[in-house]
Amino acid sequence: MRTEILARLRALLGDQGALTGADGVPRALPDTVESMAQVCHVAHAEGWKVRVEGEGSWLPPDAPADLAVSTRALDQVLEVSPSDLTATAQGGVRMEALRRRLAEHELWLPIDPPGRPDRTLGSVLATATPGPLRLGSGAVRDYVLGCSVATGDGRIVRAGGKVMKNVAGYDLTRLQVGGFGAFGIITEAHLKLRAVPRADVTLLVRGQRDDLTASARAAMEAGVPCAALELFSPALAADADWVLAARIMGSDGAVAADVRRLRAAAPRSWAPLDAEASASFWSQAARGVIGMPVSVRFGVLADGLDELLDLVTRDLSEGLITAGAGGGLRWSGTATPERLRTLRRLLAEREIPMTLERAPWELRRELGHFGAYREGVSQLVSGLRDAFDPGHTLNVALDGAGA
Amino acid sequence: MGDRWVRHRAAELATFAQDALPTHESSPAAVVFPATRGQLIAVMKTLHAHGTPFVARGAGTGLSGGAVANRDAVIIGLTRLNRILSIDPTRRCAIVEPGVVNARLTDATMRHGLLYAPDPSSQTACTLGGNVAENAGGPHCLKYGVTTNHVLAAEVVLPDGSTARLGSPAGEAWGPDLLGVFVGSEGMFGIASEITLRLVPAPSAIRTFLADFASVRAASEAVSAIIATGILPAALEMMDQVCIQAVEASIYAAGYPVDAAAVLIVELDGSDEAVRADAELVGPLLKRFGRTVRSAEDAAERARLWQGRKKAFGAMGRIAPDLAVQDAVVPRSKLPDVLDQVGAIGRRHDLLVSNVFHAGDGNLHPNISFDRRDLARADRVHHALSDIMHACVAVGGTLTGEHGVGSDKRDYMPLVFDAATLDAMCRVRRVFDPTERANPGKVLPVHACREWRAGGVI
Repeated sequence: MRTEILARLRALLGDQGALTGADGVPRALPDTVESMAQVCHVAHAEGWKVRVEGEGSWLPPDAPADLAVSTRALDQVLEVSPSDLTATAQGGVRMEALRRRLAEHELWLPIDPPGRPDRTLGSVLATATPGPLRLGSGAVRDYVLGCSVATGDGRIVRAGGKVMKNVAGYDLTRLQVGGFGAFGIITEAHLKLRAVPRADVTLLVRGQRDDLTASARAAMEAGVPCAALELFSPALAADADWVLAARIMGSDGAVAADVRRLRAAAPRSWAPLDAEASASFWSQAARGVIGMPVSVRFGVLADGLDELLDLVTRDLSEGLITAGAGGGLRWSGTATPERLRTLRRLLAEREIPMTLERAPWELRRELGHFGAYREGVSQLVSGLRDAFDPGHTLNVALDGAGA
Repeated sequence: MGDRWVRHRAAELATFAQDALPTHESSPAAVVFPATRGQLIAVMKTLHAHGTPFVARGAGTGLSGGAVANRDAVIIGLTRLNRILSIDPTRRCAIVEPGVVNARLTDATMRHGLLYAPDPSSQTACTLGGNVAENAGGPHCLKYGVTTNHVLAAEVVLPDGSTARLGSPAGEAWGPDLLGVFVGSEGMFGIASEITLRLVPAPSAIRTFLADFASVRAASEAVSAIIATGILPAALEMMDQVCIQAVEASIYAAGYPVDAAAVLIVELDGSDEAVRADAELVGPLLKRFGRTVRSAEDAAERARLWQGRKKAFGAMGRIAPDLAVQDAVVPRSKLPDVLDQVGAIGRRHDLLVSNVFHAGDGNLHPNISFDRRDLARADRVHHALSDIMHACVAVGGTLTGEHGVGSDKRDYMPLVFDAATLDAMCRVRRVFDPTERANPGKVLPVHACREWRAGGVI
C-alpha cells in the first residue's frame, strides 16, 4: 500500500512533494493550503490514517499512520504589517525564523513556548503551549486573530480574520488553538503582535523552593507587574538550588520603578542579568524540557502551587519543573502511564486539569492529551471531531484509551 | 414557574418584540422568567420535549437583533437570575448568574481593589450573560481584551436541558477550548447558567487626555502614531463633529470643543511611573497631529469626559428619533481611508452619518440618524449601511467587532466567510444544538446552509 500511497502523493504534489521517510512511511509535503487540503481529501476518501508533523521537535512524529503529512513546506511569513501590529504566517514557519522576521520591524509575538527554536508555529498553536510570559501576556490563543485549517476530510476552513476585534460568526479559532490537531491542520495564522519593549530586564534569585514560592506570592500580592515570574527546579535551571526568575518589560523609567517595587515586595538578593545572559537563561530553560520524553502541564491556580509541587514531586519525580507565580505548572520527566493516570485522577478531585503535552505515542494513546473531561464535555468533543474530521483520518490521541 | 413569570398576552409580549436594534421587530410566543438554575434547566427540558425554539434574553440592549424571537419561539428572560454568587479577591475571580448587570459586578468588587474590565457603553443595563453570548467589548478592551479574555469557566445548559462545564478557574481547559467556542455564539449553543469571570486589579494611576483635531484624518493619523510606539493605552476613542455637537447639546455635555472635526480620548493606566513615561510620549504625539490637548485634572473631570463618550448614542437621540448603529472593524492602518469613504457614502445617500468608536482597535461605529416612519429615508439608510459594510470588508475588515451578527448582519456573512467556513459553523452549531432550536434564524444564513449540508466540499 505504501507504494500506492506514494504514487498518489506524487501525482498530487510532484516528486518534490512526496518522499518516503526514514521509518518507511510515505510523507507528503504540500506547499499550499489547497494542496494540503487535497492530501487530506484523498486520505479521507481512501481511509488512510494521517499523522501531522512539523519539525518533529516537540511532539514526536511517531503516531501510527499510513501517511505522514508535514507542514515543513508551508514555511513562509506571508505578511507583516507594522502599523497594524499583525502578521500572517504559515503553519510550518519555525518560531526562530518568525521571531527574526518580526524583529526587523521591532515587533514580537509575546509568547515563549518551551522547545527548540526551530519548533513550528503550527506546533505551538495546535498544542497551545504556554511559557513564562503567560503571566503578563496571557494565553497563546489571545494572539491568534484567525487561522486557516485543512480539515480531516479536505475542506479548507478559514476561521476569524486579521482584525483586532471580531465577533462575526462562531469563534472557530479557539477550537483549533490547543486542539492538538484533532480538528484539522493549521496551515496559516493571523497573529496579533506587540512592539518590542524599550526595556526588558531579568532578575534571578536562588534558594529553597518554599522560600521562593513565598517570594513570588509576595510580589504578586504587591501587584508588581512582571511579564514573567517563574520558578525553575534545579535541574531545569542548571543550578544547585531552585531559581525564581522575574522578567519586567516596558519603558525605562517604569521598569526601573517596577524593579524597586519587586525588591521591596520580595526582599531577596535579586541578581540582574545582562542582555546576553538573560537571553541565554530563558532559551536554556525553554530548550531544557525536551531533554525529557514527557511534558505535562497543570492548570493550577497560584494558591494551589505549593501543594501541587509536593504532589508532583512525590508521585512523579522532581524532574524538570517550571511554575508560574500566577498559576500554571509544567513537569517534564519520565513516567509510567499508571503513575500519570493516578495523578490525573487525584488532581481531577482537586479541580486541576492535567494536559499531556508531549510524550511517546504509546503513552499518548493510553492517556490522551486530555483524558479527563468535565460533565457534558465528552459528547461535545466527539461531535466536534466528527464535524472537522468525519473519517477520523487524523490520528490524534485526544482522549486516550485508558481514560 | 407560576402564572406571574410566564407572559403571553400581546401587550406584555410587545415589550420583548425588539432589542436595541430599531429595524427588527417580532413578538415571541411567550416569555418565561426562571429565577433559579433549577428552573432554567426545567424550562429548557420542557421546551426540548415539545420541540419548541427559544431565545435567551438579558436586558435586551443588544444591537444586532439577537434577543428577538419569532412568534413560534419562547423568550427565556434571564433578568431574575441576577445573583453574584461569589467574589474571590485572592484568586481574582467572581462567579455570577447570567442576569447580573455588568456595572454591578465592578461596583461589588471595587472594595477589593478589583474590577471587571470589559465595559460596553450599555454597562449600566446590559447583563453579563448577554456579554458572554455576544463576546461584548467596550472602550477599555483595547488594553484588557474583550469578554472572551475574561471568562474563565462557565456552566452551560445545552438546548436539550443537559449541562456542561466548560473552562476552569486557572484558565487551562479540561480539553479543547470549548468555552472559547461558546463565548460569542450568540445564544445558539445554549445558555450560560453560571459564569466565572476574571477580575483585574484597579490601576494605581490613570491619565486621561482629550485632544481635538482639525480633521478626522489627522485624528486617525494620531491613532496610528500612538499604536506604532508600542504603548498600549487603556482606551483610545474617537468622536467626530456630529457626535461632539450632539453630546455637547445634551445633558451629557463633557466640554468637548464643538468646532473640532474630531476628538480623541486617550487613557493611560498602570503604575505611576509607567503612566508618566507613556504620557511623555503620547502627549507630544497628540500635539503634533492635533489642535489642543488637555488631560483630566481629577476623577470628576475624567468621569465627565467618559460620560460624554459612553452616552453618545443616547445624545444622538436629539438629532432624530432613530439611530442605526453600525459596527465594523478594519485594520488600524486603514482607518483614515475608511473614514473618508464613510463620509462620502453618507453624502451620496444624503444622510447624516456620525462616528463614535474604538479607534485603537479599528472598531468603527458609523451611526446614521433617521426616522423610521420616513420609508424612503429608511431605505437609503439600509443601502448606506450596506455600502459601509462593503467598504470595510474590502480593506480586510470584518462585519462586527462587538455587537454580534444576530439577524441584522446574517445576510452579510458570505461577504467574509466562504461556503466551507459557513458550513463548518453550521456543523459546530449542530454539535451543541442538533435540532437547531436555540436562537433560530440568527448568525448563519441557513437557507444557504442546507445546500452546503448536502454538498459537503465546495
